[in-house]
Amino acid sequence: MVTEAQVWDALAEIADPEIPVISLVELGVVRDVEVENGRVRVGFTPTFLGCPALEVMRDQMAAKVRELGAEPEIEVIADDSWSTDRITPEGREKLRDAGFAPPAPRGSAAPQLVQLQRGTFRCPYCGSTDTKLENIFGPTPCRSLRYCSSCRQPFEQFKTI
Amino acid sequence: MSEREQLLLPIADDELVLGWRNSEWTGIAPFLEEDVAFSSIAQNEIGHARALYQLVAEELGTTADELAFDRSPDEYRHSHLVELRLVPDWARTIARHVLYEEADAKRIAALKASDDVEVAGLAAKIDREEAYHRMHAGMWRERLQGEPRFAEALEELRPLLDEPGTTEFAELWEEMTMVRRSVAGATW
Repeated sequence: MVTEAQVWDALAEIADPEIPVISLVELGVVRDVEVENGRVRVGFTPTFLGCPALEVMRDQMAAKVRELGAEPEIEVIADDSWSTDRITPEGREKLRDAGFAPPAPRGSAAPQLVQLQRGTFRCPYCGSTDTKLENIFGPTPCRSLRYCSSCRQPFEQFKTI
Repeated sequence: MSEREQLLLPIADDELVLGWRNSEWTGIAPFLEEDVAFSSIAQNEIGHARALYQLVAEELGTTADELAFDRSPDEYRHSHLVELRLVPDWARTIARHVLYEEADAKRIAALKASDDVEVAGLAAKIDREEAYHRMHAGMWRERLQGEPRFAEALEELRPLLDEPGTTEFAELWEEMTMVRRSVAGATW
């Protein structure tokens, strides 16, 4: 009989399809797990709605549950429950190690342009805060582009949503 | 027509059609940052369209893809503003972007207050992403303020927000649905 803890452990082995240094559990997209009579229901919250990795994530979670010998039901929950604040502390460190600056904590309101332009954002390579916004948008919906004037390295900054 | 259909289909159609038009800048925007920005915005808008179609589809017993691509052109309920092909006119493109984001912000705020919890939840999620579109539109509005071409474009395009789509949409519909129609019975 599969337990919820086993399912969480198995899901923690799935790497994010686009940034494989971080797992889906560390990304915070697994909202809840329920086990009942050999069926496993996983509540999954998308990150960005237009993210092309969503189907891949869903299929990988279903495959992991099947490996445990249970029948998966992956429920996609397109509500407001995911924010970048759900990325775990371990996940943030792994992102930084891989050269992605983790998202700043979200305030009570949506971020403003002036915060992106004047706020403190640390370079993931050299640790300097002498960085500037290059582009609100980046190679995927979840990232912005910044430039570190200290080590002269452009880097990707996770958007706060 | 159900309440959701009435409420969400025009928004989903707007997001799909505008996402398509914005994606036409991919590879040919005036500079690289805008190439990236418009491509990313297009991807978000189409993602929003998919999620909105999904909510309507659940109620109608159909799928998001069928709603997005299997209706006839005259069944779409987008506004005249979003269907215009504006490449290579950057002033009008930015004017549309500014006008659309302003109007969309009000609409999304209203949806967030909906009694339908799924609609309110999705609207709140969409709003998190739209915050970045609004920043981008605001940045350009400031940069082009006082430019005659931009001012003229705003005047010209503003009334189209409240006008329905036209028969000119048929050409875009052909492009949008070509792949799907080319393989009978295919599921994507």
